[in-house]
Amino acid sequence: MDLNYSVEEQAFRAELRLFLAEKLPPEMADAVREGRGLGKEDYERWHAILNQRGWLAPNWPREFGGCEWSAVQRHIFEEECARAHAPRIVPFGLSMLAPVLQKFGSKAQQDHYLPRILSGQDWWCQGYSEPGAGSDLASLKTKALRDGDHYVVNGQKTWTTLGQHANWIFCLVRTDPTVKQQAGISFLLIDMDTPGIEVRPIILLDGSAEVNEVWFSDVRVPVENLVGVENKGWTYAKYLLTHERTNIAGVGFSQAGLAAVKRLARSQQHRGRPLIENPHFAARVARVEIDLMAMSTTNLRIVSAAAKGQAPGVESSMLKVKGTLIRQEINDLARRAAGVYAMPFASEAVLGSNEAPIGPDGTAAVAAQYFNNRKLSIFGGSNEIQRNIIAKVKLGGER
Amino acid sequence: MNFELTLERQMMQDSLRRFLSDRYTTQMRNGILDSDAGFSADIWAQLADLGILGALFAEEQGGYGGAGFDIAVVFEELGRAGVVEPLLDSAILGGGLISALGSADQQKLVEQVIEGSLHLAFAHGEPASRYDLQHVETTASQQGDAVTLNGCKAVVVNAEAAGYLITSAREFGAPRDEAGISLFLVPKDAPGLSMRGYPLLAGGRAAEVALDKVTLPVTARLGGAGAGYPVIAERAAAASVALAAETLGAMETATALTRDYLQTRQQFGRPIGSFQALQHRMADLLIELTQARSAVINAAGHLSAAPRLRDLHISAARNLVARVGRLVAEESIQLHGGIAMTQDYALAHIAKRIVMAEHRFGDADYHLETFIDLTA
Repeated sequence: MDLNYSVEEQAFRAELRLFLAEKLPPEMADAVREGRGLGKEDYERWHAILNQRGWLAPNWPREFGGCEWSAVQRHIFEEECARAHAPRIVPFGLSMLAPVLQKFGSKAQQDHYLPRILSGQDWWCQGYSEPGAGSDLASLKTKALRDGDHYVVNGQKTWTTLGQHANWIFCLVRTDPTVKQQAGISFLLIDMDTPGIEVRPIILLDGSAEVNEVWFSDVRVPVENLVGVENKGWTYAKYLLTHERTNIAGVGFSQAGLAAVKRLARSQQHRGRPLIENPHFAARVARVEIDLMAMSTTNLRIVSAAAKGQAPGVESSMLKVKGTLIRQEINDLARRAAGVYAMPFASEAVLGSNEAPIGPDGTAAVAAQYFNNRKLSIFGGSNEIQRNIIAKVKLGGER
Repeated sequence: MNFELTLERQMMQDSLRRFLSDRYTTQMRNGILDSDAGFSADIWAQLADLGILGALFAEEQGGYGGAGFDIAVVFEELGRAGVVEPLLDSAILGGGLISALGSADQQKLVEQVIEGSLHLAFAHGEPASRYDLQHVETTASQQGDAVTLNGCKAVVVNAEAAGYLITSAREFGAPRDEAGISLFLVPKDAPGLSMRGYPLLAGGRAAEVALDKVTLPVTARLGGAGAGYPVIAERAAAASVALAAETLGAMETATALTRDYLQTRQQFGRPIGSFQALQHRMADLLIELTQARSAVINAAGHLSAAPRLRDLHISAARNLVARVGRLVAEESIQLHGGIAMTQDYALAHIAKRIVMAEHRFGDADYHLETFIDLTA
């Protein structure tokens, strides 16, 4: 056992800090820190900055232009980016689709799509969820029927994050309705400019519009856009999901969030003293901090095991559940720290303008973030599904 | 013991519930939320016609209710329908303060509140006061027959629609003394008064109010100089009954929507309500909801008790309802899944009402501490 980072890892962290201090645009960091929504150009700009440094694809093998960082390095990278309030790296192309293409895609697909992901030429979104198939993903109904050199796609996807910016979507589609649910699914790459595709925004309860419905009517997709083998899509989907669940603990987000709560609680007065000194509030902050310290190590234990080649299984489900509960508790503490100033609606309009937000620093978006982050325990396989997985593995029996 | 509503309150509850379920649909409410005013003048007039504003005042004040249970019955129904109209601000706070302290002349404003022609706001909280009622830094200085106010007021709900802001200011003492706080009737267009308005996350509007040498005749003072605190505390207690009851009503709606959803939503080939893990969580919500109703009854029944006993029950109810509220809002969203995150679905607004109620007149921790202070 050695709980200290190695000299090389410490040097890596120092290098990252220097890079972030020099290259992360301050106005972008401010927007992230204040919980303001970022625009497409913000994501693209940060994407380009990282690409220029060669740090865009931590998880990719070097042969495809990735960093091939160790799990511990990736963890340090995530931590430092969150600490510096860097925008998140849009994961759909880089860390979801790319590993699937690298493992199951044809040489032609790898050569065509992977460089375009790195350069930012293509913005990918994910076509998994459907209105009738949420956590029960295998019951999806969007169908793709073979017609000569094309598949004809009809159906509807939903919860398509940032789909309004995307020019490509990777979809799970049903290519054989006659077999067992998981057996008749294929993995298809679809150009969003194809006729018959319509993207409709979904306004969420905090007023944001980051998710969409995507409708397909008689959309013709060339057969060369099929990844791997027809009707084997479920295998690729599961492979993708294990990649989606890396970094699921969100330790960096929680650390940044906790620091923000403490900052706010130091500046707010409660019964004539700084809120941070209030025993009830301080106890709740301390409890979540203790949980987070342990989870950070849990996370490192799991990423170290993964680095040694052990596939994370039930552990990633544990990280998903605990990680989201911790993040949501921190969001709740931030809302309470803001007091009455949690009440104003920090609309995009107010925050996007030159007007100062209502209330003290750091209060404007806390309530909206609290509500928006209810999604954390719902998406990517709800926490109920994760608990089912844990129970199934640990207890056996039917789920 | 009798836990039945009186016949009059039963009738009021029935007519208010019928009116709101007919008129205050999700679609209509979403239109109101998007509007510049933040509430519907039409609904306001109809609530006045139904006598709902009158139900919040005693007979000697020109109404026909005003007791804790009248407030609880009305606000439970408002919460059930997710109503954003400012009854708390115009009636319980503004109107209530004038009735408690006002001269015969000032009392005439209460008639206008009850008939629906006048809106009021309570400009009391300040950027540094958080939830403490005695923390007033805004000053009032009297010279002859004139009083001059200086200071800032934070998150003044309904300020833009109000004809008058019932404004607290300190005439003597330190910023956190109970003695020395007075209340003034400040016309919204008083020279030196400026406001920056904005929408609230859970509906309605508020403003940051700045008072820069706002000079009023001394007749604008409500009651005696520096003697406002006990009445402010009493109205804050009434507001707490209203907020707890409103949250109770909203929680009834949230759990009803969730129960229906569990029975209809199909996953893995059967209704999700057939999974025992979800059944047990629904059962827990219903247990807690039953507890919340009892806490609201306790608070409403003690609103006119001596301050110490009153505040003990108020804080117990606010703490319990806030805890149950967070549980119900979060679990209702979780059990629904993604659909509950969408603005168009009724639960989104209801969940926001439940959670954000905690930010007026003290959150769960604040009331926990008050309860400890009163029982230690």
